[in-house]
Amino acid sequence: MFDDFMVRAALAGIGVAFASAPLGCFVVWRRMAYFGDATAHAAILGVALSLAFSLSVFVGTVVVALLMALVVSVLSGKGYAMDTLLGVLAHSALAFGLVAVSFLSGIRIDLMAYLFGDILAVSRGDLSVIWGGASLVVALIGWRWSTLLTSTLNEDLAYASGINPKREQLVLTIALAITVAVAIKVVGVLLIAAMLIIPAAAARPLSRTPEGMAIAAGLIGMLSAIIGLRAAYVLDTPAGPSIVCVAAIIFLATSVLKSLRHQR
Amino acid sequence: MSLIQVEGLNVRYGSRMALSDVSLRIEPNEIVTIVGPNGSGKTSLLRAIIGAIKPSEGHIVQASSLTIGYVPQRLHIDDTLPITVSRFLKLPGGVAVADIDYALKQAGVPELKKEQLSQLSGGQFQRVLLARALIGKPDLLLLDEATQGLDQRGSASFYQQIETVRKATGCAVLMISHELHVVMSASDRVICLNGHVCCEGAPAAVASAPEYRALFGTGTGGALALYRHEHDHGHDHGDHRHNHNQGAE
Repeated sequence: MFDDFMVRAALAGIGVAFASAPLGCFVVWRRMAYFGDATAHAAILGVALSLAFSLSVFVGTVVVALLMALVVSVLSGKGYAMDTLLGVLAHSALAFGLVAVSFLSGIRIDLMAYLFGDILAVSRGDLSVIWGGASLVVALIGWRWSTLLTSTLNEDLAYASGINPKREQLVLTIALAITVAVAIKVVGVLLIAAMLIIPAAAARPLSRTPEGMAIAAGLIGMLSAIIGLRAAYVLDTPAGPSIVCVAAIIFLATSVLKSLRHQR
Repeated sequence: MSLIQVEGLNVRYGSRMALSDVSLRIEPNEIVTIVGPNGSGKTSLLRAIIGAIKPSEGHIVQASSLTIGYVPQRLHIDDTLPITVSRFLKLPGGVAVADIDYALKQAGVPELKKEQLSQLSGGQFQRVLLARALIGKPDLLLLDEATQGLDQRGSASFYQQIETVRKATGCAVLMISHELHVVMSASDRVICLNGHVCCEGAPAAVASAPEYRALFGTGTGGALALYRHEHDHGHDHGDHRHNHNQGAE
């Protein structure tokens, strides 16, 4: 069944949804949306570097995404507001990445495929990278779930329970870097943050517990991937953006549901 | 032996000294209140005790097997995070349901168990934080301006609850408070902090210390004069009158 490109695409989309659901919830709860965006933008620089040094794209993007996170944490608290700092770094990394790509004259690369994803071209090898990375992310977050949640609620409460919130932050940063690297092929660097935030945000009105929200976000993400791919096939639209559009429509639906419930 | 012994504690943020050479002890079963102006390092002291900041010098010795219950300053729970009170109390894990029920009862809010955290009122939220601090059956309760944002009735009943808890469990309490009338009536000992320990002792003794008056100046002079009027009757008249004058200024 892996011979069918649509099946491979669907499995890739589901894999990304699987990893980004629990991570996306933390991104929403901790107000890290822009941080996710910045990490994703930096990934294009990672793509350029891995092609230049003929490394695997996965390794290159993970390394650059982690470096990005490191630079942010070193520079934060040095007189810039966080959103300013992330804005500077995200867009400079993207710009440097695009410039670096133009130097790679020997290699023909399809820039659009990295910016917007190329889910229909997912190979069996890509699929194993995606599912391997996604499982790693889910295992990592599952392992640290309670301590992550405690430090998200309040850092001092975490310290008082013997948890080091800085270490938990590092866990999230690593998970984010892996997710970005995994998701590039599926939705591209410009839409990765959407896959993190939109399903989680859409799941919020449906949930009463953090775990419930993570599961609901996973289901919404997977549903978006399947419907989005189908729509892309039928309507002949780009696949990555179509997936995000479906997620956005689901978000709209649950928000309407929420306001209806509040009126009653 | 003391529950906690702080020796020569220095805390530095960049080039700014938040705390310099602070030493203090907390004994079992006593209520100690830290008072001091904004930026005097009160919160830094509590955060150093729970291990959230590393002292640049000095050390903090805890009695063996000491458990600390910590009630932070009013914290904001983002509405994007759905979580019930009982789930919150279970974090980071390994807490029995019976313990949760008992802690909520001790904190005076057994009915809130199934509520969403983000829907609670300020007073309810502080009680839930108190319940969370009580779950580990602490020997020492740390409260960082736990009644900030509560009205006078809310904060009075909160402190009554603390007193009830102390009577029931025998835990010691170390708290930061701005409410001087509460401090003076409820504490066994007051520590006046302004980057360093200015003065400490029984509430009445601290209230009459010149260091304390220099810090709290005319704003609270009236209240203190009133306090001393009630408790210092019959002796030390010279000082007494002097105090009245200060209050009237």
